[in-house]
Amino acid sequence: MPGVTRLSVRNLRKSFGTHEVLKGISMDAQDGDVISVLGASGSGKSTFLRCINLLETPSGGEVWVDGKQIRMLNGRGGSRPASRAQVDHIRSELGMVFQGFNLWSHMTILQNVIEGPLHVLKRPKAECIAVAEELLAKVGIADKRHAYPAHLSGGQQQRAAIARALAMKPKVMLFDEPTSALDPELVGEVLRVMRALAEEGMTMLVVTHEMSFARNVSNRVVFMRDGIVDSSGAPEDMFGAGASPAFRQFIGHFGNPQ
Amino acid sequence: MDFAFLSSTMVTLIRAVPTTLVLFSLSILCGGILALGITALRVSGNPVLSGFAKAYIFVFRGSPLLIQMFLVFYGLGQFGVIRYSFLWPFLREPIVCAVLSLALCTAGYTAEIFRGGIRAVPAKEIEAARSVGMSGFLLVRRIIAPIAFRHALPAYSTEIVLMMKSTALASLVTVWEVTGVAQRLISQTYRTMEVFLCAALIYLVLNFIILQAMNLLEYSLSRHRRPFAPGLRA
Repeated sequence: MPGVTRLSVRNLRKSFGTHEVLKGISMDAQDGDVISVLGASGSGKSTFLRCINLLETPSGGEVWVDGKQIRMLNGRGGSRPASRAQVDHIRSELGMVFQGFNLWSHMTILQNVIEGPLHVLKRPKAECIAVAEELLAKVGIADKRHAYPAHLSGGQQQRAAIARALAMKPKVMLFDEPTSALDPELVGEVLRVMRALAEEGMTMLVVTHEMSFARNVSNRVVFMRDGIVDSSGAPEDMFGAGASPAFRQFIGHFGNPQ
Repeated sequence: MDFAFLSSTMVTLIRAVPTTLVLFSLSILCGGILALGITALRVSGNPVLSGFAKAYIFVFRGSPLLIQMFLVFYGLGQFGVIRYSFLWPFLREPIVCAVLSLALCTAGYTAEIFRGGIRAVPAKEIEAARSVGMSGFLLVRRIIAPIAFRHALPAYSTEIVLMMKSTALASLVTVWEVTGVAQRLISQTYRTMEVFLCAALIYLVLNFIILQAMNLLEYSLSRHRRPFAPGLRA
């Protein structure tokens, strides 16, 4: 449903001690948006992503997922979620893909993918397996379903992790530097999967250093600097004449993406 | 070599093996359950609860098991509360005292072994579980405990073997398990060497079986660390 706001972040703040990492970030993702979040390391982009599903607890601001606000309480020790059940529910609606894959090492690839649907969503096992096998075929590792994560290359592990997140049928997919831990020759296979997802209309928020992905796949680019959104816009504007001086300097480090 | 004596000694001692096995299995079972509770308190994050767990672990690891057993066996009856409680018919039985003190002691060691296993669970895998909406007991049951148990297994099998040997102490509170029966035989025959060699052999065989079982368990739980064999289904 285009036009439906899947994710809305209002004035999000996060401090670690006295260090303010996020200084008020606002962002909306409509259904089908693919938003690339760029920025130098330390600009707060990963923290921003982790605050959305509360892997980090925001110090202030609002997060709305599919029209529901994550309820927070503000007490003496700072801000905390009002309801653990709501946090669990929201997390089950947001697919997260980590830089380090974070697959469960003691489970096979298939077990990794059915774990969430089976035990969190409590779907019937046969259905979970059918969905999982379909997803594994889609990301191209159906033949690895009985292998363990340690038996797979980084690129295969990351594709398995994407399948695991998709198995929850998430409203929004969050990618936290999904290709940064991969050898250069394995980056392409993961990006291809992500591009296919984008083309299917999945709403995606992607923290990345892949300029070609940002430019060619996403429909919006957000550039973060020192905990604020420096500039954002369509990739053709951001990478064209409309670039802010800071963003122009930032992409200068990457050479010229095509 | 007096084979007739050795074989009759062996038969007598083997008759005591069931008692040893009862001591062993009950104390491992009760101690393991208690250890889960102590571990939960220890890692709860609550300073009072984890302080209690630390104190428990310190007391039971820091004092001799034999003294703990004597305190349970000779000491509990001195408290009127216990002596006149409904528990007394059980607690005055030597085997109950032995199991109780063995279980209390192994729980202290096992709790530390389990805690070590929990510490070895990668934070990233816990984070991945949270990100699909797991928390609380579900997270523990599906992710933390299975990984922690795998890490804890080598140290835990050592603890189990130590417990098998510790059951010998029960002979000193008048439980007729293998060592107790061996001592009775020695006091009747004065043939220390043969009788104790037979007893040692029994413990070796029992521990051999236990270690093989633990190795098998460890092997079956570590498929993820071995090379991938496509022919083998999970």
